[in-house]
Amino acid sequence: MITYLARRILWIIPVLFTVSIITFTLMHAVPGGPWDSEKRLPQGVQNRLNAQYGLDQPIYVQYITWAGGFVQGNLGPSYRFKDRTVNDIVSDGIWTTVQLGVMAFLLAVFVGIPLGIIASLGHNRWPDYLSTSVSIVGISTPSFVLAILLIVFFGVQLRWFPTSGWKGPPNWVLPTIALAGFPIAQIARYTRASMLEVTRKDYIRTAQSKGLRDRAVVIRHMVRNALIPVVTILGPILAFLVTGSFIIETIFAIPGVGRYYITAIGTRDYSLLMAMTMLYAFAVAFMNVVVDVLYAYIDPRIRYS
Amino acid sequence: MEQSDADVSTADLPSIIELSPDEARRASSEAVIETGAKRNADKLLEVRGLKTQFFTADGVIQAVDDVSFDVGYGETLGLVGESGCGKSVSALSIARLVPDPPGKIVAGQILFDGIDILKLSNEAMRKLRGKEIGFIFQDPLTSLNPTLTIGYQISEAIREHMGLSPRAARDRVVELLAKVGIPRPADRLKDYPHQFSGGMRQRVMIAIALSCDPKLILADEPTTALDVTIQAQILELIQRLSHEFGTAVLLITHDLGIAAGMCDRVNVMYAGRIVETGTVDTMFENPQMPYAWGLLDSLPRIDDIRGAKLRTIEGLPPLLISPPDACRFGPRCRYVRDICREDEPELTERAGEGHFARCWATEPGGWIS
Repeated sequence: MITYLARRILWIIPVLFTVSIITFTLMHAVPGGPWDSEKRLPQGVQNRLNAQYGLDQPIYVQYITWAGGFVQGNLGPSYRFKDRTVNDIVSDGIWTTVQLGVMAFLLAVFVGIPLGIIASLGHNRWPDYLSTSVSIVGISTPSFVLAILLIVFFGVQLRWFPTSGWKGPPNWVLPTIALAGFPIAQIARYTRASMLEVTRKDYIRTAQSKGLRDRAVVIRHMVRNALIPVVTILGPILAFLVTGSFIIETIFAIPGVGRYYITAIGTRDYSLLMAMTMLYAFAVAFMNVVVDVLYAYIDPRIRYS
Repeated sequence: MEQSDADVSTADLPSIIELSPDEARRASSEAVIETGAKRNADKLLEVRGLKTQFFTADGVIQAVDDVSFDVGYGETLGLVGESGCGKSVSALSIARLVPDPPGKIVAGQILFDGIDILKLSNEAMRKLRGKEIGFIFQDPLTSLNPTLTIGYQISEAIREHMGLSPRAARDRVVELLAKVGIPRPADRLKDYPHQFSGGMRQRVMIAIALSCDPKLILADEPTTALDVTIQAQILELIQRLSHEFGTAVLLITHDLGIAAGMCDRVNVMYAGRIVETGTVDTMFENPQMPYAWGLLDSLPRIDDIRGAKLRTIEGLPPLLISPPDACRFGPRCRYVRDICREDEPELTERAGEGHFARCWATEPGGWIS
C-alpha cells in the first residue's frame, strides 16, 4: 500500500511536467504580451522590459528558467502587479479560496448524497420528482444566476447575510451556497442513479430475505455499494472547488485566487497563469490519488500492492 | 457449542413466540384470529389459489396463476419446471419478496404454521423472514454483498431475530460455518465473499438461511450456478442439514434428476400453473403429463450415444399475458387434440397417493392410458 501510494504520488511529477510544457507553449503562442495596453509603450521601453524579464530569450530558455524557479518554490515575478511576486499573490489568496472550496464541497456532499438517496428510495414518487427537479434546476442554473438570486433574496430583501467581502462567517454563507449549487445537483444525480442500480442487485434481496429492517438494508447494504461510483466524481469536484471560481469570487468580492484564472490570461501575466495552471493540475492529480485510496477503503475487492 | 445449538432448537413449537418480542406474538395470534385459520397438524405451509402478477407496460403477466400446494413439517417439496414458469415467483411470494412494483400478489392464501402470511403487517412479516423462513438464492456470487464480511452477513439475521450478544452471535456464526463445511471457520469471519470459491459462497448462503433455525427453507435453484462436482456436495449438505434440523425445504429446480434425489414430493409447474403433483416415486414411475415426459426425456442419460444431440422439448413456453382458456402446454404437445385447444383441463386425481395431473389425454377415458 505504501509503495503503491509513493508510486502514485511520484507519477504526479510527469503529469505536471507535461501540463507545464503544453501550457507554456500555448501561452507564448498566443499573440500579445504582458506589456500591451490601450496606450502602446514605446518599442525601446518594451525591449528593455523584455530584456529585464528574460522575455527576449528563446522560448526553451524561458521555460528552463521558469521550471528551475518552480522546483525551488519560486513562481516568478508577476508581470502585472509589479511590486509583488506570484508567490505573494498566491499565498495571499489561496487559503481563502481553499476554505470556500472545502465548505462548498462539504455542503455539496452532505446535501447531494442524501438528496440522491431520498430520490432513489421514493423512486417515481414525489420525493424523486422533488429531488430530480432540484437537480435539474441546479445543473442548468449558471452559478452567477444563482449567486445573484441569493444576493437579491437573502442579502437585499431579507438582509440576512452580507453580500460581499470575506470578514467572517456571515460572509461565507451565500458564496458557499452559490458555489455548491452545481455540485449538489451533480452528486445527487449520480447518487440516485447508483442507488437505483444497487436496489436491483441480488444481495439486496438476500438482505431483505434475512428480515432486516428497511433502514438497515438501505444503510448497510445499499448506500455503501452505491457510493463507490459516486466517490469517483467527488475527487474532480473537490479539485475544481478548492482551486476557486472566477465568477463567485468576483461577484462576492472574495480575496481569493480564483479570479486570476481569467485575469491572468487576459493580461498575459505569464508566471501567474503558469502558477494557476499548475495549482489546478496538481489538485486534480492529487485528488485522483485520494479517490483511488478511498476506493480500497470502501470496496474490499480492491487492494493495491 | 452443542449447548447453544440445543437452546435454539427448543424454540421448536411456535418459536416466533419464544424468541421475538410481544409484537410478534400479537401479530401472529391476531393473524390466526382474523382469518379463523386453524393450524393444520402436519402442514407447515399451505398455499391456496396463489396468484402473483406483474403489471408491466406490455400488459399484466400472470406469473403464478392459481397455484395451490402444501409442505409438511420437515418435508422436502420440489418445484420443477422451465425458466419463466413461475417457480421463483412462487417462492418469492411465500416470503413476500416479490418486487413491488411491478409485481403483486393479487389473490390466494398462504398459511405458514397457521399464520396467514398475506394478512400480516409488513413489520410482522419482516420478523418471520430470515427467522422462520430462510432463503437460498441461485447465484452465490451476486447474492452476497461484496463489501461486507462473511461473518457480518451471517450474523445479521441472528442479531436481528435472536437477540444474541455480539459475542454469542459470533460463536453461533463460527458454529454455522463449521456445520456447512467451511474449514477453519473462526479465521474466515473477516473474509469477504470474493475470497471464497463459488461452492464455498453457496455454503455461506446456506449458513445464512439456517442461521436462525428456520422451519422452512426456500431454495431457489441453489446449484444452478455451480459446477457439477460442487452441485452434488451442496445438495447433500442441504439434505443432511435439513434432516438434522428438521427443516422443511421447498426446492426449486429445473433438473428432475435433482428433484428425484432430494425430494419427498414434486410439483411440476408450467406457464404459471401446477400441471402435475405427486410423490417422487409415482411421478417418476408413472408420469401423467406430456410436459413431465418431456422433462424426463430431456435428461441426458449414461447410455446416450456420444455426440448425439440432446433431446429437448420443442418450442417455448407461452407468454403469460392473457393466456387463453386452453391447455397451456398444448402448442408444444405431441398428443394435442381439439379439446386441449378449447378448454383447460383441471388437476385431476391419478393412480398413486396424492398424484394429480392436468391433462385431458391421461384422464380416465383419455386417448393415452
